[in-house]
Amino acid sequence: MRIEQREHQSKVLIVVAPLMAVVASLSIAGVLIALAGAPVFEAYKVIFVGAFGSKFAITETLTRATPLIVTGLAAAVAFRARIWNIGAEGQLYMGALLATAVGYQNFLGLPSFALIPLLIVTGAVAGMVMLVIPLGLRLRFGVDEVVTTLLLNFVVLLFVSMMLDGPMKDPLAFGWPQSVPVVDEGLLPKLVERSRLHLGLVIAIALAIMVYVLNQFTVFGLESKAAGFNPVAARFAGVPFEKTLIKVACLSGGLAGIAGAIEVTGVKGLVSNDLSASFGYAGIVVAMLASLNPIGVIFAAIFTAMMFVGSESMSRTFGIPSFIADVVVSLSLLTMLVAVFLSNYRIRR
Amino acid sequence: MTDLIEIFFTVGLWASVLRIATPLIFGTLGALLCERAGVLNLGIEGIMTFGAMIGWLAVFNGVDLWTGILVAAICGGVFGLLHAGLTVTLGLSQHVTGLGITLFASSFSYYIFRIAIPAQNTPPTIEPFQPVDIPVLSNLPFFGEAFFTQTAPTYLAIAVALFMAYFLAKTPMGLAVRITGENPHAAEAQGVDPIVIRYGAVIAGSAMMAVGGAFLTLSAFNSFFPTMMQGRGWICIALVVFSTWKPGRAILGAILFALFDAYQLRLQNVLGQVVPYQLFLMLPYILSIVALVIMSRGARVPQALMQPYRKGER
Repeated sequence: MRIEQREHQSKVLIVVAPLMAVVASLSIAGVLIALAGAPVFEAYKVIFVGAFGSKFAITETLTRATPLIVTGLAAAVAFRARIWNIGAEGQLYMGALLATAVGYQNFLGLPSFALIPLLIVTGAVAGMVMLVIPLGLRLRFGVDEVVTTLLLNFVVLLFVSMMLDGPMKDPLAFGWPQSVPVVDEGLLPKLVERSRLHLGLVIAIALAIMVYVLNQFTVFGLESKAAGFNPVAARFAGVPFEKTLIKVACLSGGLAGIAGAIEVTGVKGLVSNDLSASFGYAGIVVAMLASLNPIGVIFAAIFTAMMFVGSESMSRTFGIPSFIADVVVSLSLLTMLVAVFLSNYRIRR
Repeated sequence: MTDLIEIFFTVGLWASVLRIATPLIFGTLGALLCERAGVLNLGIEGIMTFGAMIGWLAVFNGVDLWTGILVAAICGGVFGLLHAGLTVTLGLSQHVTGLGITLFASSFSYYIFRIAIPAQNTPPTIEPFQPVDIPVLSNLPFFGEAFFTQTAPTYLAIAVALFMAYFLAKTPMGLAVRITGENPHAAEAQGVDPIVIRYGAVIAGSAMMAVGGAFLTLSAFNSFFPTMMQGRGWICIALVVFSTWKPGRAILGAILFALFDAYQLRLQNVLGQVVPYQLFLMLPYILSIVALVIMSRGARVPQALMQPYRKGER
């Protein structure tokens, strides 16, 4: 038995691969649901209805998908240039924290249309810094950024907790560890009345389109792909390797920071320790499911959000731990890797 | 100020150092073995979590403590088999596969745990490993109590590290592992099957990681709770670099790290009123990053690390 590369990558498989991956992971998770004593098809039906069954459910799913689109983009742009940014979780929190620090008092008396962009840019800058540091350590000292970005996630979470206990603590929160709220002018408008869905979704989709255009139609897009594909050849072809990677890191970290700023100004209006439900890590799965395609990220994020929102209803109905959503999402990362492999290679006897 | 130095002369500090170091020693040795054969195993955080959960659950359901450790090791080996299948046979990205395994193994652990033990206010506990006094040595003043009254798995960790140092340096099989990690083509020319070696190293290494996790729930604590791993797996990955891929230095690195961790815990008691406790908790992670920065430059990385190997392909 041997493995050989396909001469032509099948176009059909590029679309079919993620679907195969999702079906495979749902099947494996189905066994786990059955073992827990619940009817599998009913359970998946409840997940689907819980995520899309009513207008409210749909707005909840899209609200959940919003940060996932942005962290998914953050992972996608980084991975495309072979920067293994696993620190989106920390970058997101840093973005959220700084956006709140700037937005809790409207010093300049800015109107919404100026204050909101300011907060988003602040979040982006915070996220950028958090990724440029580990990238700098890689370029300067050869330190694997996977480990440093992972470790920085823990540092940032503790830093956030420190700020919530200290300088940014809301004195009116009855001792809850949460930050002072962002002023009303800094909050993103709602898209649908009486729901949590906010303008962030539009921003996220716009960012996806922006990244798509950057990747497809600009020199930067080509250079970042070349830097990831083959650093030696890229250098030889005159791509400024380090500069390109730094730009990619700014984009990736910036996006993750924006995800934090959007989550703060869109949903809660303040920072707490549970602001992110592992959006940073889930973004990695989203990016891989989308084969790093920015438009695909939108759909992958909606799928992931569906699993998380829907599994809460399923958990209530059948008493299955809602951790099943994490199991499905993480399994689909592994099955996706295999599916992509099968679309690039074939196994011959 | 003298308070800060006096901490170093307390027996409690040194006794806790080996306890904190034990899971790190197992984890670092496991990751080191995988990397020596050329496979980066970022599944470590999840595999340790799974080992902690399944070892505890086994003991909670009535098996004895050593069987719990064995169950954890076997499950760790199964995750290792999965990692090897994806990265060695299929040659998938070791970074992404490892992360996928971590995400999967952790969420799978929480899922199984929640099914077995529905949410309760106080998590159920088991009777953990008790300290074993080494005859004669444990009677030594200070050192006896500090180093020779540990639980059995701690002694095991040190024995495994010594064995691994011997294994890698002195045995033909250890040589085969090292060649595979440096140059799998050369290994094949010597009649060594790199695929088999890599499978073996990843499975055995993952089993060690899981035992490290199980130490936490069966010896250091007596219960399991989600998020208890707190990045210990990632710290082990950093410790592998710090140890320059040598098992002996892995013990040293883990002990240094644990000393620092034990010290910061006690420092919190002294300075806790003045300095936020989170700053102390941050230090281990920052220290790991600093260690990476110092050691990465010019480190003797196994040359074929992260390079997939396929027969007859260059």
